[in-house]
Amino acid sequence: MKIKDISKAQKGDKLFLLGNEAAVRGALESGVSVASTYPGTPSSEIGDVFSVIAKKSGIYFEFSTNEKVALEVAAAAAASGLRSFTFMKHVGLNVAADSLMSLVYSGVNGGMLILSADDPSMFSSQNEQDNRHYARLANIPMLEPSNPQEIKDLMNYGFQFSEEFQIPVLMRTTTRVSHMRGIVEMDNMDEVNREGFFHKDPSRFVPVPEVARVNHRKLIEKIAKIEKEVNKSPLNQTYHNNGDLGIITSGSAFNYVMDVVEENNLPVNVLKLTFTYPFPEEKVLEFIKKVKKILVVEEVDPVMEKDLLAVIGKNGIIKKVHGKLDGTLPLIYEYDPQIIREGINKVLKIEAGDETPEKSRNLPKRPPTLCPGCPHRAVYYSIKKAIADLQLKDVIFPTDIGCYTLGIEAPYEAGDYLLSMGSSVGTSCGFSKATHQKVISFIGDSTFFHAGIPPLINAVHNKNNFLLVILDNRTTAMTGGQSHPGLPVDGMGDEAPEISIEKMVEASGVVFKETINPLNLKKSEIIFKKALEYSGVAVVISKYPCMLIKSRGKKKNFTVNVQEECDGCNICLEELSCPAIYRTEDGSIKIDSQLCRKCSVCIQLCPEKAIKVHKNK
Amino acid sequence: MKSYNIYISGVGGQGIIKTSIVMGEAAMKMGKPVVMSEIHGMAQRGGVVSTELKIGPARSPIIPEGQADLLIAFEPLEALRAIEKISNQGYVITNTSPIFPFNISVSEHPYPDINIILEELASNSDLFALDALEIAKKAGHILSLNMVMLGAAAAVPKFPIDKTLLLKSMEENLPPKSLNINLKAFEEGYQSVIKGNNL
Repeated sequence: MKIKDISKAQKGDKLFLLGNEAAVRGALESGVSVASTYPGTPSSEIGDVFSVIAKKSGIYFEFSTNEKVALEVAAAAAASGLRSFTFMKHVGLNVAADSLMSLVYSGVNGGMLILSADDPSMFSSQNEQDNRHYARLANIPMLEPSNPQEIKDLMNYGFQFSEEFQIPVLMRTTTRVSHMRGIVEMDNMDEVNREGFFHKDPSRFVPVPEVARVNHRKLIEKIAKIEKEVNKSPLNQTYHNNGDLGIITSGSAFNYVMDVVEENNLPVNVLKLTFTYPFPEEKVLEFIKKVKKILVVEEVDPVMEKDLLAVIGKNGIIKKVHGKLDGTLPLIYEYDPQIIREGINKVLKIEAGDETPEKSRNLPKRPPTLCPGCPHRAVYYSIKKAIADLQLKDVIFPTDIGCYTLGIEAPYEAGDYLLSMGSSVGTSCGFSKATHQKVISFIGDSTFFHAGIPPLINAVHNKNNFLLVILDNRTTAMTGGQSHPGLPVDGMGDEAPEISIEKMVEASGVVFKETINPLNLKKSEIIFKKALEYSGVAVVISKYPCMLIKSRGKKKNFTVNVQEECDGCNICLEELSCPAIYRTEDGSIKIDSQLCRKCSVCIQLCPEKAIKVHKNK
Repeated sequence: MKSYNIYISGVGGQGIIKTSIVMGEAAMKMGKPVVMSEIHGMAQRGGVVSTELKIGPARSPIIPEGQADLLIAFEPLEALRAIEKISNQGYVITNTSPIFPFNISVSEHPYPDINIILEELASNSDLFALDALEIAKKAGHILSLNMVMLGAAAAVPKFPIDKTLLLKSMEENLPPKSLNINLKAFEEGYQSVIKGNNL
């Protein structure tokens, strides 16, 4: 399959789609006009697909500076009568939450879908927050698909529903659904009018207190109406009607439950909730009437479990509820079929077969690392060198979110504190006021635009004292190389004005500002030393493209080899920790020519000048 | 009816996800239900990459321990790491050429001896070991290693996807420029298992 097939496929065609790809197809079938995001795994591929197919499909798509902006772009489009789609990883919704809260009050005209991709077990995230809480916090209807086909179908359903009730709809996926592939059958894509018009209505769209008070009442009334719909909704379905245990489940947990129940012929009743907020009280009451005890199977927090307990208490029912709160199932991490099997066994009091004790194998780990030739590696090396030369002690390294977070690993060990996107700069302000320690923080180019500018202004205005290194590798590397405002190209591949980081830094009032080529070690070290001796906010912009982009360019017709002069001092191996440099069994140092990106950093640092360029014929 | 479960593991950049998609699409073309799970993100920076495929009736692509009918390991250490996934009657196909973790020189645990890895893999499953890197090089490019592994998998007894559909799926998913090399790599992998290159 090619990406373009997602927009080309006809009704009835079947494609083997990733959940994220199915989301795009669903948006196309629903006649979405505006789509916006800030890239974040596990949602990133949605934007990657849009960036290829949006233009041809007549859709406006952008990589917004951050998730709040993305949500606002989509909200305005929906207020103007168009269907809009914004999507982000779970923590991205925190950034967008401020506007989300008010948006639900005023509602939409065109359908609007917000997709939050949660990451239970934290495959690529700083926390595993359960964004089903946002449905409750904002009072926004929530859909939870279990597989790619459902994602696509729920996009269609969600847009219609959103338009009918004039309220945005929140779709919550998890990594295992977003990154699941399955067979998806296509529906029609209808031609739609993509020209919006905004009919002014400040008494609805401008939430000054008197408007907000009215809007909140209206929202409560709307949600009550929606709950009636949810109770009738065929999206919430029962499966298997056996025995006296009822299982209530949603999302990918539903898949595990069904596989376990069917493989082992377990006597249970299953209620799958897909339209999960407002919690369908009537539907649930009807289901639990038939059973003696209930098990709630959900990822990650006991959200439905607490909703169920409220329903039970409200209706004076006395029935045992098992789940996370009584310890039947774990309170953290994603589930898998084994965990579910054990949970059901506990409730059904089935003796588990003898577990074969896991054989402990002491295998070496394979942690992710900076790529060979990554410019960040050179920055870490030069900075460490500058720190050593200046004999600085107890330096604090606030870091940020991107590939350079990998700088926490040895030998760089340049990551001491991290909260969220942009926190490197904000926390540097705090550290520089709270301590007398030297503070050096790192932020990437895309992250700088996302949330690094307000705290930089804060730093200058409040007379802070730290060094901020902006690692400008000309892309949003960690999520797969998306564009950002600092590049001359936009999310649809068109030319776009490039916002200069240098000028942004200058305009923020920073006086000490230098730009370096990080692959030049000597010059970099000199500048870092100057910056570290400066009193106040110093900014060094390390500008060099990510090797994953660069290597797509012209081929370098030489190799880098270790010569006989090598005395085995191991400095290259130990201080760079480059995946291309390795020690052979006989103890000699070699460079893997397949991995080497010819960045020349090892050549510069070798004290014996034993690493040399070898021209290919 | 039970699904046929395939666990694939290796290192970022080896073409594991592409291989899995080729398989999944071929299974779909055979009219079989298929689900797959892939992990993106941090794994791309030289970390472990794994995918899971279930061909047949299953809703979740996650393979519980001891239930993989086939383990395709693109790297021997990763084969060992995934060993608990294999069922008692399962098959293992492993590449024998290692990729050392970048920090192996300072690692608490050394990289295990390849013979010990193979011995352990063979102890509770049928093992086919091949030097896929060498075969890929001979086929024309080291990046065709993934198709060597796919070819080897296709030759495993009870492998549920037709070879012809795999080849068709390769045509649809791989760049036309390198298709011939990849087809050759596939065939070499296939033949090495047919000829009984198991230890």
